[in-house]
Amino acid sequence: MSKDQRDWTKPAAMAIPKGGYFPDKVEKGRYGPIFPRTPACYGFSILAKIIPGREEAFYEHARKIEAAVDAQPDCLAILKLHYLRWLLFPVKGETYFMYQGIFDTDFDKYTEDAVTLFGATGITTVFENLEDFPRDWRTNPAAFVKFVREHQCPSFLEYGEYPFVSADEIKKALKAKASFSEMLDQMQ
Amino acid sequence: MLDFDDIQHILLTRAPALTGRYEFLSFRDAAGGRAWLAEILPKVHSAKTMRETMNQDKRWITVAFTANGLRALGVEEKTLASFPPEFLEGMAARAEVLGDTGSNDPANWVDKTASPDLHAICILFARDRVERDRCVAEHAALIRKSQGVELLSSLDLEATPPFDYAHDHFGYRDRLSQPVIEGSGDVPTPGSGAPLKPGEFILGYPDENGQVPTLPQPEILSRNGSYMAYRRLEEHVGRFRDFLRTHGGDSQHEQELLAAKLMGRWRSGAPLVLAPNKDDPALGADPQRNNNFNYKQEDPLGYAVPLGSHMRRMNPRDTAVNMNRRRMIRRGATYGTYLPEGTADDLTERGIAAFVICASLIRQFEFAQNVWVHDRNFHELGNERDPIIGTHDGTLEFKIPKRPVRRKITGLPAFTTVRGGAYFFLPGLKALRWLAGAGQTN
Repeated sequence: MSKDQRDWTKPAAMAIPKGGYFPDKVEKGRYGPIFPRTPACYGFSILAKIIPGREEAFYEHARKIEAAVDAQPDCLAILKLHYLRWLLFPVKGETYFMYQGIFDTDFDKYTEDAVTLFGATGITTVFENLEDFPRDWRTNPAAFVKFVREHQCPSFLEYGEYPFVSADEIKKALKAKASFSEMLDQMQ
Repeated sequence: MLDFDDIQHILLTRAPALTGRYEFLSFRDAAGGRAWLAEILPKVHSAKTMRETMNQDKRWITVAFTANGLRALGVEEKTLASFPPEFLEGMAARAEVLGDTGSNDPANWVDKTASPDLHAICILFARDRVERDRCVAEHAALIRKSQGVELLSSLDLEATPPFDYAHDHFGYRDRLSQPVIEGSGDVPTPGSGAPLKPGEFILGYPDENGQVPTLPQPEILSRNGSYMAYRRLEEHVGRFRDFLRTHGGDSQHEQELLAAKLMGRWRSGAPLVLAPNKDDPALGADPQRNNNFNYKQEDPLGYAVPLGSHMRRMNPRDTAVNMNRRRMIRRGATYGTYLPEGTADDLTERGIAAFVICASLIRQFEFAQNVWVHDRNFHELGNERDPIIGTHDGTLEFKIPKRPVRRKITGLPAFTTVRGGAYFFLPGLKALRWLAGAGQTN
């Protein structure tokens, strides 16, 4: 079975060439080449320098996202996420931001929806604290995508303990398990 | 307020035509191309004229251009560069994004629409064949006298019998779910949603985001224009009927149900959400009822309409986000001869030649092709594409949710093949006059 075929029982690792693509099988998306799906699904790692002195905006933003997801748990559903990790880190006295996401659909597929969603949840408000973020992102999804692509730092190795399994499949499996437990309870 | 007297009629109205013809043109000479345009321009109806004269008119003409066509007419590179990249690249260059691979590859297209020489389309819809033949002869004469204008290919359109309602060669009733543009005066049928902001379909108006997107420059060229994606889709009628017999069994009802599962509606038009077990032709024919349903509450798991069916992919209704940013206007007609039921397939080409009209090809048409039609994992289905219009090589499947266990049909054949296609810019009438020479500076 080749490495990109689904076999969740076998943990898998994938070494990725420089640049983030396999040159012989680059898939063309609507907004440019698509980064490959790996045993750790699709994902991105966006690294950008923040505008000096804006750290507090990021902490405030974290509280805002927490409240938004509490109020409407499916508000990020379109992104088909597994996990998001946001962090700030210093480099030579300056502060950088990393936004790392692991998800089940290539970002290009739902770009416009993501831009709309980012607007609705205020994710873009925090992006506005990054250097070089396009000010016209609202009317110009292409500029938004360009920023993301320019600041994407592709992986050179990804690993999955249960490779190629989507979040929806995991949720289905947990629901099935809960249903079996319920069934066993009812049989007592 | 929409500029009804500037917008080409095809955007807002549907001609009461039973026949028609598409002619694909090339301009070897800019002045000759502009002269051709100047001559045909008075025959192109605006939405306003169309509405005023629909009852007496016998023919309706639409003119649109590829990016190469605008260039061939003498439009400057600086102007062209303000158009969206996907339009400039053209449909053939976007084949991978659109899923036009394998037998659908532009290299196999039959009408020269993949050629960089394709510059314009002239769309004729006519009430009857006599009128069509008259118009075709008249246009042939115009082409002959226009320096450097060449007919690359053409396609004759014929409604498919029975003529009392629009349907394709497979027999599915068509034109059941069309978006309505705010300010057009049209009223959406129940279930079709509220009218949409004009900027979703016409350049120069606010869209569903509440913004007026940046227009290609100069504005006189782009305002009241739109983009049209042309698709010539052959329908393999014999193969489709064989499939229904093979997988639907001996019962006529089971075969019809299978046809309905592929589409999401019975061939009569009756939606499976409202008529899950038995066809209801009266429901299918009733515009007040035949589009009045949703999925989230009425059919969340796809027991009526399979998640992968054509209709549920192309219009997921309340199960997609930002649905109003993905709507499209469809126009077009069937071509080729009718293959009566029970007749062996004569293997001549027949199908649908249609236009998808939208303000953004990349956000509307290309999204639908890329994600809704060809994402094999749409709705977590795994190994499926749109069963009717997706690209198929016999390795994909179609799953029909059913209690106690779903039915899975493997080795789905290709029921359709893309035979031609192109991206056109559909200018307003003022823009056509500008292109014809009056307003151009060079």
